[in-house]
Amino acid sequence: MTAVLVPTTTPAAVSTTAAAIARGRRIRRRRWTVTTAILAVIVLAVVAISTMVGHTFYTPVEVLRVIFGESVPGASFTVGELRLPRAVLALFSGFAFGMAGVTFQTMLRNPLASPDVIGISAGASLAAVTGIIVFSLSDVAVSAVALVGAIVTAGAIYLLSSRSGFAGARLILIGIGVAAMIQSLIAYLLSGAAEWDLQAAMQWLSGSLNNASWERLVPLAIVMLLVVPVMLARSGDLDILRLGDDSAAALGVRVSPTRVLFILGAVILLAFATAATGPIAFVAFMAGPIAARLLGPGPSLLLPAGLVGALLVLVADLVGQWAFESRYPVGVITGILGAPYLVYLLVRTHRSGGSL
Amino acid sequence: MNPPLTATLREPDAAPAAPAAVAASRDPAPVPGSVGHRLAAEGLALAYGDRVVVSDLDLQIRTGAITTIVGANGCGKSTLLRAFARLLPPQAGRVVLDGREIHRTPTKQIACEIGLLPQNPIAPEGIAVADLVGRGRHPHQRMLARWSAKDYQVVAESLEATDIADLADRSVDELSGGQRQRVWIAMALAQETGILLLDEPTTFLDVAHQIEVLDLLTDLNRSRGTTIVMVLHDLNLAARYADELVAMKDGQVHACGAPDAVVTEDLVRDVFGMDSRVIPDPVSGSPVVLPMGRHHVRR
Repeated sequence: MTAVLVPTTTPAAVSTTAAAIARGRRIRRRRWTVTTAILAVIVLAVVAISTMVGHTFYTPVEVLRVIFGESVPGASFTVGELRLPRAVLALFSGFAFGMAGVTFQTMLRNPLASPDVIGISAGASLAAVTGIIVFSLSDVAVSAVALVGAIVTAGAIYLLSSRSGFAGARLILIGIGVAAMIQSLIAYLLSGAAEWDLQAAMQWLSGSLNNASWERLVPLAIVMLLVVPVMLARSGDLDILRLGDDSAAALGVRVSPTRVLFILGAVILLAFATAATGPIAFVAFMAGPIAARLLGPGPSLLLPAGLVGALLVLVADLVGQWAFESRYPVGVITGILGAPYLVYLLVRTHRSGGSL
Repeated sequence: MNPPLTATLREPDAAPAAPAAVAASRDPAPVPGSVGHRLAAEGLALAYGDRVVVSDLDLQIRTGAITTIVGANGCGKSTLLRAFARLLPPQAGRVVLDGREIHRTPTKQIACEIGLLPQNPIAPEGIAVADLVGRGRHPHQRMLARWSAKDYQVVAESLEATDIADLADRSVDELSGGQRQRVWIAMALAQETGILLLDEPTTFLDVAHQIEVLDLLTDLNRSRGTTIVMVLHDLNLAARYADELVAMKDGQVHACGAPDAVVTEDLVRDVFGMDSRVIPDPVSGSPVVLPMGRHHVRR
């Protein structure tokens, strides 16, 4: 392909342009790399602060000694069994929520397409509330049924919306309808619940890290180690999918398998995170758009959105625990942050017709 | 194209004069000197669900030429283009590229040989022109690989060829309709395919930009020998810019061949259900269709 289309174009002009393109791409990539690195550092810093701050303050040295397995009076239990699992669970679940949310939002080209808006979190909640109120299940069993609830709901929404070809808008509308239906079922169950069960159910529904423990963390951690690398490795295909199905197929992307892979990955992340912490309101929904504002257009948002999600949960949990006289579950804080953001986004989307 | 008219105007159909150039299954010789791929539909049937759109269609695309596909709304021309692009699996028959059935060939392999500009491509919000054009390199890149020197070279050439090099770092959102269409064409060029399919590449453009896009595609065809197949709404532009013109009706090829031979008053009546006069274009010499509606016609 040495033939030149425009007669005025010379090889010299082409190499000048190539150099300019390389420069522009380098600038955009650097912004992505630097911002993502800063996010990662802040996330780790907040994890560190979460392990030090509490009723008793422990120095970084004491915390590190606990992490390296030394026995430190007081700190070994408080840090090793309470604060550290709580912070790590916040990190992992926040990351999973953020990445799952931005996957849906990217694929459906709509910031409203977050799993907590289209009923997947609601499905997990219904299963969990049923488990608590109707069957009086144990903690671990509640997590398990929540997992099943999320996956079944996601499957049902996907099947309902893909009757003749896949349409993003239809999936979102059906998802919102399913979410409304499930909410009313949850309200029905709660209205007939015994007082003790009601409290447990409400705590689960608001999303909380109070029951954090290493055992609770293990399933989520294993799943993330399996799913996250696969999704990151295939993020190039997700970027191409943003051009529309026809363009993506013409560029050699296998559209349906790619979509199924990402939906499955996102649902699994979301389901396991929800099973571990309950549906922490609006984290999946907010993380992607915030990451997009921070990074500007460019390469994949999967990783940065995961970091933003982790940061949201970590900070909200710190605030919920220590900023007020009484302690609030993390989901209450993210809910207070998220609801106005939803309104803002609706207003802005309506005005500009823009997407993520 | 006034809907109430078609019923009355279709009546002459009763005794159809066989169009001069019905030669759907002929095998046009490649443009001399072209070495591109050969694309053909054989006994092709296409449907969306139960709705059959194209049935038993044979069409050999002339290698190295510009082919335009015209026809009334709903005649199946866009559907046919989607099948050529491997987007729509056939109900029956096959689409063949160099003897290989494209729906049995891996999509990435086809993407190195056939490019497509769909009717409504979607630009991700805020994406830079160079990055969008660079998406065209996707079929040539390995997973997670960085851009190679060749990638930069080809993207630069594509931007130069479409005359948008100075827009490389601009956001696609900020561009005008004409500029944006150039960006999409540049992306298709970056794909470096011997065959380029375009679904109504001139919609939403004013007349000057329509001509600009069609001239650009002609440049591409002449300088690189790219085989171009496009669906066009404007019959006169289709006749002017085509080496081969395909007129479709009811999911069939009604006529195909050189525009001079194909575009006649009878053909327009058969395909669009409309009376017209066809005269030679004083500018290009190609046939021009002057529609005859109920009003503003000198009898």
